[in-house]
Amino acid sequence: MLNCQQITELVTDYVEGRMSLGTRMRFRMHVGMCKHCKAYLQQMRITIETVGQLPDEPMPTEVRDELLRRFRTWKN
Amino acid sequence: MSEQDERALVARLRKGDEAAFTALLDRYHGPLRRLARTFVSSDAAADEVVQDTWVAVLDGLAGFEERASVKTWIFRILVNRARTKGEREARSVPVSALGAGDDTGESAVDPGRFDDRGMWSAPPDKWDANTPEKLLLEREAIAELELAIRELPERQRQVVVLRDALGWTAEEVCNVLGVEETNQRVLLHRARSRLRERLERHQSRR
Repeated sequence: MLNCQQITELVTDYVEGRMSLGTRMRFRMHVGMCKHCKAYLQQMRITIETVGQLPDEPMPTEVRDELLRRFRTWKN
Repeated sequence: MSEQDERALVARLRKGDEAAFTALLDRYHGPLRRLARTFVSSDAAADEVVQDTWVAVLDGLAGFEERASVKTWIFRILVNRARTKGEREARSVPVSALGAGDDTGESAVDPGRFDDRGMWSAPPDKWDANTPEKLLLEREAIAELELAIRELPERQRQVVVLRDALGWTAEEVCNVLGVEETNQRVLLHRARSRLRERLERHQSRR
């Protein structure tokens, strides 16, 4: 049986799908019974998704203008 | 945009089509800048690296061989430049000022939070913002997350930005950063664990 600490170390292998079938089943069994690990797994997923939605800084107009200027120079 | 569309864009770019250039800028400038910032220590240095990259892309168009994808090609140029710049910066900074230790040694969660059987003794705190959408509405949480990314050891930061912020596959990341797949996963694991911890601390402090 996996303990909670092991779950926290295996969580990336789990969400990445890099686990043997046996470990995957033991992982799921633990998380199914342990509300703390369930919360931990959910927080990891929230973290990953939130990082994925961080807004990019908009490109400053000066930078854009400068790059377009360079493009026109390059073209000629 | 599909790989095929991108290749068409590059073909137009070669002919000097400005709209093709702005399309590439709109698509990649933000992600390039985010990645550049993981190699260098200031926004200004990152801006410089990205600008140099675009110029190098234009200059390199003639030699672009269609073996790599357009994305990989552009990001490789950036990584080379950003690495050089980062190394130059590192030489001008006293060693003690650099983040101590890399990467792969520590545990995902402070071992003090488990009992001697490895079960939680200090379980994860409940988060008010229990979805990404709710978290994203909290400006402070977002600022904290951006800061936490910045404070990760360099290689962890690069891997998590490419994988999770830019949504790349493990294979693409290994390819562009030149790391092994297993190592990539370890770095990703450490990075994600730390970011979760920072969000947890932030969520329970409020």
